[in-house]
Amino acid sequence: MYYSQFLSHVCMPHAVLSQPTKNWSSSKSNAGTKVGHCSKVPRNVNLEKLRSGYLFPEISRHEAEHLQKNPDESLIRLGIGDTTHPIPDTITLAMAEHVHGLSTIQGYRGYGAEQGNMALRKAIAGKFYQDMGIEADEIFVSDGAQCDISRLQLLLGPNVTVAVQDPSFPAYIDSSVVVGQAGELEEETGKYGNIIYMNCGPENNFFPDLSATPRTDIIFFCSPNNPTGHAASRQQLKQLVEFARANGSIIVYDSAYAVYIRDESPKSIFEIPGAREVAIEISSFSKFAGFTGVRLGWTVVPEELKYSNGFPVIKDFNRIVCTCFNGASNIAQAGGLACLSTDGYQALCKVIGYYMENAKILVDGFKSVDLKVYGGKNAPYIWVHFPGLNSWNVFGEILQKTNIVTVPGRGFGPAGEEYIRISAFGQREHILEASRRLQFYL
Amino acid sequence: MSLMNNLSTSMISSSSSGFLAPISFNSSRTQSVTVPPKIINIVKCVSTPQEQQTTYKTKVSRNANISKLQAGYLFPEVARRRAAHLLKYPNAQVISLGIGDTTEPIPDVITSAMAKRSHGLSTLDGYSGYGAEQGEKALRAALASTFYGNLGIEEDDIFVSDGAKCDISRLQVVFGSNVTMAVQDPSYPAYVDSSVIMGQTGQFQKDVEKYANIEYMRCTPENGFFPDLSTVARTDIIFFCSPNNPTGAAATRDQLTRLVKFAKDNGSIIVYDSAYALYISDDKPRSIFEIPGAKEVAIETASFSKYAGFTGVRLGWTVVPKQLLFSDGFPVAKDFNRIVCTCFNGASNISQAGGLACLSPEGLEAMQEVIGFYKENTKIIVETFNSLGFKVYGGQNAPYVWVHFPGRNSWDVFSEILEKTHIVTTPGSGFGPGGEGFVRVSAFGHRENVLEACRRFKQLYN
Repeated sequence: MYYSQFLSHVCMPHAVLSQPTKNWSSSKSNAGTKVGHCSKVPRNVNLEKLRSGYLFPEISRHEAEHLQKNPDESLIRLGIGDTTHPIPDTITLAMAEHVHGLSTIQGYRGYGAEQGNMALRKAIAGKFYQDMGIEADEIFVSDGAQCDISRLQLLLGPNVTVAVQDPSFPAYIDSSVVVGQAGELEEETGKYGNIIYMNCGPENNFFPDLSATPRTDIIFFCSPNNPTGHAASRQQLKQLVEFARANGSIIVYDSAYAVYIRDESPKSIFEIPGAREVAIEISSFSKFAGFTGVRLGWTVVPEELKYSNGFPVIKDFNRIVCTCFNGASNIAQAGGLACLSTDGYQALCKVIGYYMENAKILVDGFKSVDLKVYGGKNAPYIWVHFPGLNSWNVFGEILQKTNIVTVPGRGFGPAGEEYIRISAFGQREHILEASRRLQFYL
Repeated sequence: MSLMNNLSTSMISSSSSGFLAPISFNSSRTQSVTVPPKIINIVKCVSTPQEQQTTYKTKVSRNANISKLQAGYLFPEVARRRAAHLLKYPNAQVISLGIGDTTEPIPDVITSAMAKRSHGLSTLDGYSGYGAEQGEKALRAALASTFYGNLGIEEDDIFVSDGAKCDISRLQVVFGSNVTMAVQDPSYPAYVDSSVIMGQTGQFQKDVEKYANIEYMRCTPENGFFPDLSTVARTDIIFFCSPNNPTGAAATRDQLTRLVKFAKDNGSIIVYDSAYALYISDDKPRSIFEIPGAKEVAIETASFSKYAGFTGVRLGWTVVPKQLLFSDGFPVAKDFNRIVCTCFNGASNISQAGGLACLSPEGLEAMQEVIGFYKENTKIIVETFNSLGFKVYGGQNAPYVWVHFPGRNSWDVFSEILEKTHIVTTPGSGFGPGGEGFVRVSAFGHRENVLEACRRFKQLYN
């Protein structure tokens, strides 16, 4: 059967099933003969609206195909933003210790609180939300921002309207489609009918013109931004909070890269007065601690945040967390606590510094060949402009000619066209080699 | 603060056998609650700034689906009652036979693998970042060969997760709001609650204690805890748990064959929860895929929670066979994969290393020992209630004992047991109206606690 052959071909790490091209033929349609039993369960129409696989498995697929054709080439991965630096000892030691404890009567732990260990919640509050009035019980520990985004969508339901930055991290749009908020995909624009796309580019300093932005219930905002690398200024965020307040909207603020900020840009939306009544903040240990595989993150839902009928959003989020989730792994949480210790945090800042040094090398490299480059200062992503070019083509060219994996800007939204995202994770020698190759080729 | 109180009181279910939850939202999330004495409404004090509490509200409507839920999820409710009881009797030796939480340490062979993986993450060679969202290849292969060896289920039919509860919700996201579903009554509350959240159900009907649009398949001692399928209306999805939580009943091969046939005839999809399969003592099927034809009609979820004590470590899996198709012929596995890639980012790599060790010969042996320990606990509990003249069900093939208290309200029995013996159980009505008149006693616990609990039961009911 076609399907099983396809599956066996792509059964590799990261390489997963991508959605078929538009004209997928039903197993029923082969000369009228049925291939096996079909249930009578209708496919979820929302999932039909997704036209391709999720962006990053698609990148993996291309990478895998390229590797198959060119097995001897040294591939450098600057595509998927996957951390590469080993986790500092002090943190893995804490996890190992916790693990050994699980084999003892005193150290054994079963189910934890779905909202996370109180010690960790307190540590997060103390480390990141000092003086912002955010309390431990407004913090929900999770297995990562990607999962939290979907849980928030489950919370919000299909009947809310949504705005995203364009370009943006694809999970906001994809989860919106999955939950049924997004409407139909318009082929010509590549946009979903019910989603408001807030253009963010060099021309508007990567901050949307809010005066031209229609009201939506929810506004997804990521800063420092994936993929553009732009960190919103205090002034910009004030505007955003005012906009949300005036419109009665809720901001879902993704601060996964906050620790990469090198200047005075706000690290949390809750630095802005009034944000507690209009915003939810999600964050992650992934890029902060190299926990991309360990899985740990958190979401802040302030108690002041209320639905139109006065019901606190936090109550419903708690219900979702208790019903659809069972807590982050206690091992990951032990690691998280160690990350926030003085030693742990210091060690992690060094790793972040390492990645940002990578970013600088890449930025300088692109600049030296006269390309317009953005980001790379407050985030581990570099956003490179290739005016007039199709980003998937550029992606393909770079992969072919230099054996470097990047991410085509179009994958992040229509306004990502003409751009390529380069991530700054990687071992220094690979980054230097990549920079050499790119300068040579470009 | 007063706003919080008003909202919490409005959440109280007026039904006497529903969740009696006169508690403010905060305390259900924490294990320790500040309780002023003699006050029925337990409120957690939240520190708020000195300025006037603002009355700003957004213009975002609350999700109507979530407002259909009657009270908190069952187990945090039980936890809340336990915490409140501890505050009332700070010196009481409370024994928890309520929430099915494992208690025995994880065997060394498993934790050393996880410790090794942790240490490895600090090395260049051992560091790994994002893993495949479907799980690490070696683990998927081991799951396939260990549990589905000769059943035709392959490695790539298996999706590793952070546990069955999360998988249930992800499956609901795959199915969407326009499917109908059937559950056993009583059943594990996550099936119904996730269905409500997804928008598959109508309102809760207080008189019958059921959500409109869900088909409740009554499972009682009279029907051997297997529904009379001839009286069950067709639904798109059928949730079926065996060995069953809470009744402990394990379906026979014949029953499952009928279930598969029912699903096939109706074009339905079975979501088969096999989380307790390794507790089976006799020759009942451990996987739905032991039944011919099941691959075309069933998904199976499973978990390491109750096998390896991984309730806090978080690891499970879901099998979606390639042969399972939607009505238009589209493979369900493709959509499940898309959800897994979009709404999830893989189970923790350290947990997965533990899972792999669980499936080594040594690991399997070690797990069987722990399972055997809990089964011995179950036996002790069953014998105790039998000796007291109770009608007792389950306990043979699952770590749950389903005790009948004819004519009594199960929350009342729960409270009475808690008050008089300091033992936490789970009221049957928490699992659906078919659970009324029953109490679930779980068999996880240190041996001395189980023995002590049984002594107290004997005292109370003699």
